[in-house]
This record gives sequence, structure tokens and C-alpha cells, in this order.
Amino acid sequence: MIVLDWLAAIGRAAFAICRTTGAVALFGAEGVSHIVRPPYYGRMFLRAFLEFAYFSLPVVALTAVFSGMVIALQSYTGFSRFNAEGAVASIVVLSVVRELGPVLAGLMVAGRVGAAMAAELGTMRVTDQIDALGTLSTNPMKYLVAPRLLAGTLALPLLVVVADILGVAGGYLVATVKLGLSPSAYLNNTFNFVTTNDVVSGLAKAAVFGFLIALMGCFHGYNSKGGAQGVGAATTSAVVMASIMILAGDYVLTELFFAH
Amino acid sequence: MPTDPIPKIRIRGLRKRFGDKQVLDGVDLDVMPGTSMVVIGGSGTGKSVLLKSILGLVEPDEGTIEIDGRNILTMSRHERETLNRQIGMLFQAGALFDSIPVWENVAFGLLAQQKMSRDDARKRAGEVLSQVGLAASVGDLSPAELSGGMQKRVGLARAIAAQPSILFFDEPTTGLDPIMGAVIDGLIVDCVKRLGSTAVAITHDMASAVRIGDRAAMLHRGKIVWTGPAADLLQSGNEVVDQFTHGRRDGPIQMELRK
Ligand SMILES: Nc1ncnc2c1ncn2[C@@H]1O[C@H](COP(=O)(O)OP(=O)(O)O)[C@@H](O)[C@H]1O
Ligand SMILES: [Mg+2]
Repeated sequence: MIVLDWLAAIGRAAFAICRTTGAVALFGAEGVSHIVRPPYYGRMFLRAFLEFAYFSLPVVALTAVFSGMVIALQSYTGFSRFNAEGAVASIVVLSVVRELGPVLAGLMVAGRVGAAMAAELGTMRVTDQIDALGTLSTNPMKYLVAPRLLAGTLALPLLVVVADILGVAGGYLVATVKLGLSPSAYLNNTFNFVTTNDVVSGLAKAAVFGFLIALMGCFHGYNSKGGAQGVGAATTSAVVMASIMILAGDYVLTELFFAH
Repeated sequence: MPTDPIPKIRIRGLRKRFGDKQVLDGVDLDVMPGTSMVVIGGSGTGKSVLLKSILGLVEPDEGTIEIDGRNILTMSRHERETLNRQIGMLFQAGALFDSIPVWENVAFGLLAQQKMSRDDARKRAGEVLSQVGLAASVGDLSPAELSGGMQKRVGLARAIAAQPSILFFDEPTTGLDPIMGAVIDGLIVDCVKRLGSTAVAITHDMASAVRIGDRAAMLHRGKIVWTGPAADLLQSGNEVVDQFTHGRRDGPIQMELRK
């Protein structure tokens, strides 16, 4: 009997997951369809883009610099045992450009912008502002959701370009100042090793993560219910779901880009 | 009273359930063109759900809603959007957009319909604000800087800015002091008259009901249990209405609450 209860519980959970996945997919598809159909809300896009790119810049920059520094330090410990200090530069650039740049920027932006987005849309939902849009000749999916999805998709790659540069700079700083490696050799090793493919794959990941962050923020905010508590729950869900999707998506995309 | 025999709004057998709660259970209601109907009823009886059904913000389970004789529930999305331009709504808590200044709130519908440039819209917002007794300079403030009464006025201005032929008011005086309530009621009556609109107002404030309404309807247990002239509310002869309007603790409504 207990086994049956468990099975029923698992079934219910699976059903709930499928239903939510379906709802998110429909929501995302509708949002995207509004990106390409007029009217376009340039102001809303600009606002969302600034929120994503400009105001997230400091936190993403800091994360990137320190990750580059730490990787230089850690990999030096390993490689110096085999007299392979030259590999530090290539390890730093590859891990930053391929993985850490997009993933860390994604997680930081999910915590910062995704949460704020869910809170804003959630508040608009529970105070009837979203309903009010509908009575004022404005489709809320078009006005609120589409610009944010587009902004997330375009802004994250931009942030990641900055993160890549600063991550490499962080590694360079530690390697040359603290570890005493030759600056010119370090730069040579960096630029000789990294390929266009590495950079492009990282930026593509960033675009996907940016879309996912905006999608989770909008979906949970847009569908929040029940006052302040509901908005709080929506914010948490948006951040948690976006983070999980970034980490899982990172694996899937890495397979896609580099498995062959 | 109306010369036109077709009601502006005609609702038949409207049902809506949320989970296992049957909120609307067969609502029938007619609102004649150019008249004001007040709908009264206890908190949580589905008054807002009724208005939101007409606006298309809530999908009813059953029934018909006709505006000018056309069933809006079977309309295409496009027809529905066109129709919604004729409707203005003052939401219960104002529902002002807090990320944009007051003037842009007021002119929001006009800008969305791309009827005018931002400069013209701003001028028009100033005019509409003065119609609800606010200085045009209020337009530069953010909604969060306004008092409750001012927010209601701005909400009213936003609802009438596009000169709709139908106006909805969801508890326009709730949360205001009696004097401010009377002021808002006066503005509502003025605006409805000036536009010649058909109005539906929800309230549980009897003074307000009598001031705003030509006719009144009582929503109870998901149905309209009484309709009549708003002036008769206090002597309706209906048990449910009587208990509600006189605020008595004993009567048919209490039975409902105890369950
Ligand atoms: N979107 C919704 N989802 C679930 N329940 C709802 C929703 N909207 C309204 N309700 C429920 O319907 C009932 C009537 O709500 P409402 O129309 O807001 O009452 P009121 O008459 O005070 O305006 C309430 O019990 C409310 O909980
Ligand atoms: Mg209500």
C-alpha cells in the first residue's frame, strides 16, 4: 500500500512538472511571437535592456575578475609541479570564455534581474495593473513580456564579452604580479589558444541563458497570485528555476557544441 | 428612461467557478443605454469577477454577455480588442502603473491606440486631470506620491480619457473618507453624464449606491436576487437587500457566512 502511495505521489509530481513545462513553453512561444509582430514597445525594451546590461555590469565584472584570478592561482598549483606553468594562461582563457563567463554571469543576473523582474510583474499582477493594461488597448504579453525576453537574449552576450575580458585580465594580473610569469608569454598563450568557436559558443550560451532568465522572471511574475506572499514566492521560483535551467542548459549546450 | 429597447449590456445565465467554489451561479442582468447600474453585494460574492467577465479578463464557464446585442464571448480576439476600446474601467485599488508618471497613466489608452503624439497626449492628460479636479501639474508626479483620493481621481481620469461609451467602477469609494467618497461619486456622475455613457458601478456603500445609480441590483450566492430603482434600495421589500442595506446581523446572509 505504501508503495502505491509513493507511486501515486511520483505520478502526481511528474504530472505537475509536465503541466508546468507545457505552460512555460506556451508562455514563451506567445512572448516570442509578440517580439516579431507590431506594435513594438521600444521604450520598454530599452528599460529592460538597461536593467539587464548596464545595471548588472558591476556585479558581473567583479565575479569575472575574481574567477579569473582564482583559476590562475589554482591551476598554477597543479601545473607548476609538472613545469607546465605556460598552460595557466590557456586554462584561464578557456574556462572563462567557454564556461565561467556565461554561467557565472547568468547566475548573477538571474539573482539580480530575474528576481526584480518577477517581483515587478508579480506586483503588477496582484494590484490589477496587468488587467488594467488589457482595458487600455494594450496586450500585456506584448508590452511587458516580449521586450524583456528580447532584452535578456541580447544583453547577456554583451555582459559576457565584458566578463570574458575581465576574467582573462584577472588571470593575467595574478599570473604576472603574484606568480611571476612572463607577461608577453602569458598573452601569447592566451590568444594562441582560444578559438573563435570557443568565444562564439560562450556567447550563444549567454543568449540562451538571458532568454531563460527573462522567461522565468516573466512567467512566475505574470502568473503570481495572492498578494505579497505570492509575489515573494514568484521571485524565489524565478531565481531557483532560472539557476537550475542555466546549469542544466550549460551541460546540454556544451554537449551540443563540443561533443563531436 | 430608455427609448431603445435593446439593453447596452445583457447578461444571461453567467456561471463561473474557481476550484470548487461556484462564484457566479447564473447571473442575469440588463443595463439600458445611458443609464447607471449599481451592483451591491457582500465582500467575495463575485462582484469583481462579474465586471472582469465583461471585460474579458475572466473566462466564464457558461452563459452569454451581449453588448449592443452581440455576444462578446464568441467574438474573435480582434473584435474583442476593438470593443474593449469602448470600455473604461476604474479598478478597485486604482491599478495605476507605478513605473510611469501620472500624465502617462491618464493618456495610456490614447498613446496605445496611437491616436496622438506624446506632446498632444500630455496636453490631453492635463485637460482630463482638470475634469477630475486635479491640477495639470499633478501629471508630473509618480502615482506613489499621491494620496488615496488622488489615486482614485487619476484612475477615473485614465478610465474616461478615451471617452468610452461604457464605464465600469469597482468599489470607487472603498477606503476613502465619507467626504472624499461623496466627491468621487460626484465626479463619477458628472463624467458619466458628460460622456453620455452607460455605467456599471460596484459598491457596498449605500450612500454611494444611491448617488451613482439609476438602478440597482443585488448579487447574492452567485445570482442577482433583486433589481429595482436605486432610490428604492432602503425600502426594497426584499429580505436579502433589506438586511444588507440596513447592515443587520440577522437574516439570510448570515446563514451563508456561518457555513
Ligand atoms: N483569479 C481567481 N482565481 C481564483 N479565485 C478567484 C479569482 N478571482 C476571484 N476569485 C474568487 O472569487 C470570489 C469572488 O471574488 P471577487 O469578485 O473579487 O469578490 P468581490 O465581490 O468582493 O469583488 C472570491 O472568493 C475570490 O477568492
Ligand atoms: Mg471586488
